[in-house]
Amino acid sequence: MNPPQPVTEVDIALTVNGENVTRHVPVRQNLVDFLRDTLGLTGTHVGCEHGVCGACTVRFDGAIVRACLMLAVQADGTDIVTIEGAATADGNGEIVADLQREFHQRNALQCGFCTPAMLLTAAELIAVRPQASRDEIRTHLSGNYCRCTGYQSIVDAVEAVCRKRAGAQP
Amino acid sequence: MKAPSFSYVRPESIAQAIDLINQYGDEARWLAGGQSLLAALNMRLAAPSVLIDLNSLPELGGISVHGDKLIIGAMTRHAEIECSPLVAQHAPLLSLAMPHVAHAAIRNRGTIGGSIAFADPAAEVPACCVALDAVFVVAGRGGERRVRARDFFLGLYDTALQAGEMLLAAEFSGVRPGERVAFRELARRHGDYAIAGLAARATVNGNALRDVDLAFFAVDTKPVLATHAVAILQQGTVTPERVQLAQQALAQDLAPQDDVHYSSAMRMQLARVLLARAVSDLLQAAGVQESR
Repeated sequence: MNPPQPVTEVDIALTVNGENVTRHVPVRQNLVDFLRDTLGLTGTHVGCEHGVCGACTVRFDGAIVRACLMLAVQADGTDIVTIEGAATADGNGEIVADLQREFHQRNALQCGFCTPAMLLTAAELIAVRPQASRDEIRTHLSGNYCRCTGYQSIVDAVEAVCRKRAGAQP
Repeated sequence: MKAPSFSYVRPESIAQAIDLINQYGDEARWLAGGQSLLAALNMRLAAPSVLIDLNSLPELGGISVHGDKLIIGAMTRHAEIECSPLVAQHAPLLSLAMPHVAHAAIRNRGTIGGSIAFADPAAEVPACCVALDAVFVVAGRGGERRVRARDFFLGLYDTALQAGEMLLAAEFSGVRPGERVAFRELARRHGDYAIAGLAARATVNGNALRDVDLAFFAVDTKPVLATHAVAILQQGTVTPERVQLAQQALAQDLAPQDDVHYSSAMRMQLARVLLARAVSDLLQAAGVQESR
């Protein structure tokens, strides 16, 4: 059988924050640009565009990824959750809502640029390891830059949600 | 920046993928996890005209044991390797190294085959494969062949993969009786590129080390086995004096270059520090090891 041939534009169909989406996209378009420019979901931020800053983190079939290091065409047939849907349309929704409350209370954000990605990244850790230590929290968040807070209040907020959820477990 | 223009294709079988790479030759690049390639495209450091996406080929993924061999498919993600009980049992060095590979979001996407084929000199996986004497399974139009990791890495981003070939899997030969492993890396921020790193294994008998393999990374254009240092470590019981001699012998094994961030002398000093720490890890750890 002859292989399929390369294309420069393609139709994709995926789920974004629980809603079915179909679009025609250029294959060179990054997932984060698709989410922001095509769908208007500007809560996912574009920082470095080479995978260092972490600001573009989204959930891709249940696992966090860098949306600047994925192509929109690769999201065909997948389930994407961005910060806009993270507290409502996702299995980690309750954790994200708890994190949002703690970030607010502890002033764990100033400019807010890194915050959506911080919430998604922290939620992934808490879902798997609510008993995580401060060191584990810092390691897990090490791929997300914050240029305002100095991280202390972010780690405090994540730890507070960890303790609350670990305490709530039987 | 944004990636330059390219076209994209998603083959439905390994045979189709190999046909495509032979059809487009040097103009085409494999798209595995994309965690290095897409960054390079966004920075316009690479401009292939065709990307052949391997993510739709499940037969390239997965971790299995056949006889005494652990086999990891090329498209297996770092996160899966990090959590795999089979890897922890049969190639514990990889389990130790995985948390050092970039960050969680990147490990969810990046693949072992991508890391091997890209051959970044600062990458953890190639050094582990060299230390463990892994064998890579490579396929082309003429069929499959096997290449030892120790013959595979040729230089900066340069490997023994020929035009028109793809990496299918890495094979690891399991843990020898009495074998212990150690993994040490120094980086500015956890998950960043290593300034210097060391993947090590040895069989341990009391205070003596045998069958020692020390694979340093980020200190040269490819992983380097420190054979002179190993010869000294294996001469007798390991004492602080013997470790010092082995550290001195590293000067015959490694010749790090200066770069804009770190001098050759600094990298050499860090390599000596890593050697002492890894030897200590090997001698101490009887069970589960913690190398952070």
